[in-house]
Amino acid sequence: MIDKVRSHPTQNEPLLFEISSPGKVGYQLPALDVPPVDPEGTLGARNVRAEIEGFPEVSEVEVIRHFTRLSSWNYAIDLGMYPLGSCTMKYNPRLNEMVARLEGLAWGHPYQPETLSQGALEIIAALEGALREVTGMDAVTLQPAAGAHGELTGILLVRALLESRGNPRRKVLVPDSAHGTNPATAAMAGYTVQPIGSGPDGRVDLAALASLVDEETAALMVTNPNTLGVFENGILQAAEILHAKGALVYMDGANMNALVGIARPGDFGVDVMHLNLHKTFSTPHGGGGPGCGPVCVKQHLEPFLPTPRLRRNAGQWGWDYDRPQSIGRVRAFYGNFGVMVRALAYIMAHGGPGLRNATIDAVLNANYLRKRLEPFFDLPYQAPNMHEVVFSDARQAQRGVRTGDIAKRLIDYGFHPYTVSFPLIVHGAMMIEPTETESKQELDLFADALIAIAREVETDPELVKSAPHSTRTSRVDEVAAARKPVLRWRPAPPRQAAD
Amino acid sequence: MLEVCGAGAAEDLFSHLPPDVRLQRPLDLPPGQSEYSIAAQFREWADRTASGYASFLGAGVYAHFRPVVVDTIVSRGEFLTSYTPYQAEISQGTLTAIFEFQSMICQLTGMDVANASMYDGSTAAPEAAMMAVRATGKSRVLTARAVHPEYREVLHTYARYQGLPVAEFGYDPDTGLADLADLEAKLDGDTAAVLLQSPNFFGGIEEVRAIAELTHARGALLVFLFTEAVSLGLLRPPAEADIVAGELQSFAISPSYGGPFAGVIAAKEKFLRQMPGRLAGETKDAAGRRAFCLTLSTREQHIRREKATSNICTNQALVALMATVFMSLYGKQGLRELATQNLAKAHYLAAKLPLRFQAPFFNEFVAQPRGASPEVISARLLERKIIGGLPLGRFYPELDGCLLLCATEMARREQMDSLAEVFA
Amino acid sequence: MSNYPDTYRYTKEHEWVSVEGDLGTVGLTFHAQQELGDIVYVDLPKLGLQVEQGKALGSVESVKAVSDIYAPVSGEVAEINDALTSAPEKLNEDPHGAAWLVKLKLANPGEVQNLMTAAEYQTYIGAES
Repeated sequence: MIDKVRSHPTQNEPLLFEISSPGKVGYQLPALDVPPVDPEGTLGARNVRAEIEGFPEVSEVEVIRHFTRLSSWNYAIDLGMYPLGSCTMKYNPRLNEMVARLEGLAWGHPYQPETLSQGALEIIAALEGALREVTGMDAVTLQPAAGAHGELTGILLVRALLESRGNPRRKVLVPDSAHGTNPATAAMAGYTVQPIGSGPDGRVDLAALASLVDEETAALMVTNPNTLGVFENGILQAAEILHAKGALVYMDGANMNALVGIARPGDFGVDVMHLNLHKTFSTPHGGGGPGCGPVCVKQHLEPFLPTPRLRRNAGQWGWDYDRPQSIGRVRAFYGNFGVMVRALAYIMAHGGPGLRNATIDAVLNANYLRKRLEPFFDLPYQAPNMHEVVFSDARQAQRGVRTGDIAKRLIDYGFHPYTVSFPLIVHGAMMIEPTETESKQELDLFADALIAIAREVETDPELVKSAPHSTRTSRVDEVAAARKPVLRWRPAPPRQAAD
Repeated sequence: MLEVCGAGAAEDLFSHLPPDVRLQRPLDLPPGQSEYSIAAQFREWADRTASGYASFLGAGVYAHFRPVVVDTIVSRGEFLTSYTPYQAEISQGTLTAIFEFQSMICQLTGMDVANASMYDGSTAAPEAAMMAVRATGKSRVLTARAVHPEYREVLHTYARYQGLPVAEFGYDPDTGLADLADLEAKLDGDTAAVLLQSPNFFGGIEEVRAIAELTHARGALLVFLFTEAVSLGLLRPPAEADIVAGELQSFAISPSYGGPFAGVIAAKEKFLRQMPGRLAGETKDAAGRRAFCLTLSTREQHIRREKATSNICTNQALVALMATVFMSLYGKQGLRELATQNLAKAHYLAAKLPLRFQAPFFNEFVAQPRGASPEVISARLLERKIIGGLPLGRFYPELDGCLLLCATEMARREQMDSLAEVFA
Repeated sequence: MSNYPDTYRYTKEHEWVSVEGDLGTVGLTFHAQQELGDIVYVDLPKLGLQVEQGKALGSVESVKAVSDIYAPVSGEVAEINDALTSAPEKLNEDPHGAAWLVKLKLANPGEVQNLMTAAEYQTYIGAES
């Protein structure tokens, strides 16, 4: 029984270009209060374009309807549970949106005088302080624009520190369970990636680690809890192994939602880490961004942080550009300030005890789903999990149904799918992260849905394999999209006269 | 729920953690606050962040009017609270909007393909340079000195650790435009990319065609950068460039003290496989209806890992949606009219001020006040509730004493007159 | 199931090579294309490139995976199958025939002897799966 959703009528909607017609406008400019200029005369005819060929011409109400109709084709947290593993899709409080739009904050120019920016700078200082406390690290930069950008910043910091000691070293160790951003980042920072296997419990294999770490190892990039949702219990020993050889521990903080208020990376040997404000600290994903990827470091890496650094001088906040050992800038200006505002509002709303409670609820929710689903799905790693749990499709695969099929069938039950086929160390992975946002009612509906699908796999596998059945758009042909890429709209060729 | 989990208390869920990694005290953060008090605190902060000033700052961040409809659309939970559209069947809204975004960026820039967004212009620039490095198999990057100074700083950071040498070519001291002789002298057979911004940091419109010819003659690619997207409503698109990387902040994206903005990379078709970032493509669903999905993902980190074209994952999707709605509202006619208003305002102001450079400019220019230093002028302007331009000495020692000023459609005549009085 | 020609030799990385004179035609095995699924893109080397046995020669992509192609023998790239650029699906349809990848001018014809016969290869993939 699917009782969470029913199909509902959706509007069809052409592309903007297809509803465009000459002369329609959706804007209004004030009358010019200065003499008009002739563009060609002012700029030279060679510098002026004729028109923007193909650009749409539509009215305001058409724009509203167009994008509102498009929006109705999206699933969203506002509609229901979004259990993507390692993505931490939690509720996005609307207060955060409101405060980010306050005039002084939304219209602040990065080059306005510091004396006129004290409010914004206090916000940045308050957020840096809160993140230091949450992570147990000594210093924070908020300049990176997203998690992967934070990773790059963090690994460049490692490189700069090692260079200052005489040898940047050659390789970065990355567990086989890691996000793809980790190896991609190490490569961008000029390092060779050395994969390191996971042990039978899904954790980094300490013996393998000890045998791989040498004088050419720059760092280990470790996600903790890892992408199986399992805490790396050997993290202190791992840190000792690395530190003994002069290498560093980089922690990918993508899964920090399992640790806030419970354990701090700064207390378990981590030298440098990044956070995702758009995961742990509730800023909205917005269909793929914007994010903010603060990097938190221990004192020995502080001199290398990107310029500028926030500092307090004679009772005023300001930017310090005199940072001779800095890796330089990783982004213009000071980072995604609007995202920082939202994250600080979230932290203020929760307070210390509230943040810890959110962690407990997130871990409880994941464990509850594990217990409810364990009888029906294969659980390849038995270690206790934290905020997410990874099943595999091993049982369903025997009936020819794969994780991707089950995921698509979940859509028919009114849920966004879990993360499919990741981490790579689990064949046919089903990676589920409910977050603290979900109530027991929603969790039960989700568990019931997956259990019902497991039964369908036994009785009617085709039903699952051809899902989704309830959406406006049925299964999309990704193969055709990749073979003959069509990446932009072009006007249809003029129709041939019928003969 | 605890019972189902076999836990007596919530604490038991963490009993498997080694005790020495546990935080043994409460977080040292104040208790949670109400919506009311948080809003009040942020209002207080906002009030102490330049409220009520007229501003003539540009330099990569521009004050343009934001049509109300933009926030109406991006505040919809279906856009705001959705994830990256990996599950195409329930993400057609976001995917369709990205496809429209890519199409409009191509129309604006004269390129064949555009990606779904980068973090901002300053990070799009080095990513575009690295594209050129991969496409040409060469390693050297040449950038104009009149490219935004902070973009160049980011470029140096990205390039340094990959062993890519970066060199700069100068600008003509009279025009502020790229010094072609210096470019020609510094171009060599190992140059992968020439980075050129237009309008450049001083507001001047570069001779893109001539620079493209020089660049291509040495087998390098031309990477065209823009920070003021509104200029594309009027200026000839950089069709001779191979790659275009830019910042869309001008398209209804709040200045927000420097971010979040939206960068973008567009390119000629033949560089498609070297593009970083997400791409939405058109296809069909099982019933044969038009549908969209993320495509060519094998370029990206989640598949190609250390061999990916970039490590970028999260981008600036919602901010790019703002730009998409903005472009839809203004459209073909409006973007041109908006650009023309900017041109008129900036030229009205410039006519009253002593200019440093002689070159065609769009809505920004460099003024060189006589008699008083930029600091003195800025202080006098602040008394009139005007934030004057950006003193350039910090970025260009040789331009100490000069100010970079910008006038958009938001600049009012009486404010400009008032500013000119202080200069005189 | 597919027919693995007896005249071809096979690698553990799932390429085949068929030698005529000093020219070796290289392709991907039926088994390899089946594992990859729908192939959407083929990246082939430039003409004239010198390749060494066992070194990457190019790559093939499905929607969600990239797989390197390794040179089964050393030599110079003498010809590439341009048709695959616009029609990568041919690799799924006729991997042992029309969808060959490159022709190599052999540098060391003796190397072919290191490779598996059709029977050995079929045993190998049987054991692997």
